[in-house]
Amino acid sequence: MALVKVYVNYKKSILNPEAEAVHKALQRLGYENVEDVKLGKYFELTVADGKSKADLDAEINEICDKLLANYNMENYHYEIEETEAAQ
Amino acid sequence: MKFAVLAFPGSNCEMDLYNAIKDIIKEDVELVSYKNDSLAGFDAVLIPGGFSYGDYLRSGAIARFSPIIPALQKFAKSGKPVLGICNGFQILTEAGLLPGSLQKNVSAKFICKDETLVVNNDHSIFSSEYQKGQLITLPIAHGDGNYYADQETLKDLVANDQIVFKYTNNPNGSVDNIAGIVNKQGNVLGMMPHPERAVEDILGSSDGKGVFQSIVKHIKSRGVIYE
Repeated sequence: MALVKVYVNYKKSILNPEAEAVHKALQRLGYENVEDVKLGKYFELTVADGKSKADLDAEINEICDKLLANYNMENYHYEIEETEAAQ
Repeated sequence: MKFAVLAFPGSNCEMDLYNAIKDIIKEDVELVSYKNDSLAGFDAVLIPGGFSYGDYLRSGAIARFSPIIPALQKFAKSGKPVLGICNGFQILTEAGLLPGSLQKNVSAKFICKDETLVVNNDHSIFSSEYQKGQLITLPIAHGDGNYYADQETLKDLVANDQIVFKYTNNPNGSVDNIAGIVNKQGNVLGMMPHPERAVEDILGSSDGKGVFQSIVKHIKSRGVIYE
């Protein structure tokens, strides 16, 4: 099996009011050295073996483009980790 | 003529739309489940507000893959009127039937109040009962109503006169004060404000009636469109 970790976040041009609210809260708490906060989404997809690396890459990109990310306002990247079936 | 009102799990304005059409506009109307795969026999489709699939992932992102969506895309492609309100607008952008997307309000707050809109295009299928520049009051109720389109898309929207309604006092951060747009063909409108909640004076405003009356006028003047 493989564990696919997908990270989706807003493009730079997109305002993210939730991240700004978190940033302001951190400043209020005294963490003034925190200069920027990004707040996006994180997915873990557990996928069965049987696909080549290229096919799996194609499939994950398709999943992200179709559903997990909105290309209009979001970017994504992912990592694939081989895992033991028992995990 | 007959309106379809789509209903998804989590829609909550479908009965407001249904009643507005039945009681005020006095045309035939039927609720259509998201599980159906046909829109045969309908002249116009209305997609209601609410929180389809709990707004999980992104507003409209999951509803967009419902069984009814291919039929909706076919319906829209044939040139028949499709109106998405609030969550309906979000579903239309996610389904690729309208450009751009709806982001979190700039304030990060859910906003529920009356807003004044200016009619920016008075010759669309959905706005011919209004005058260009006319001010109308409609309620808004949304957390993700901040319309975003990149500069190129925005230029197209302006050039093709696709911006139908604008806010006079932008409540949510939408680019160019956009409250409602049509697609390039002009038969699909998405808007965040709720015209169905403003169809009789007892509701505070009847300014929303014109949207539905415009659709009826269009269909009655154009006649039957075959898919």
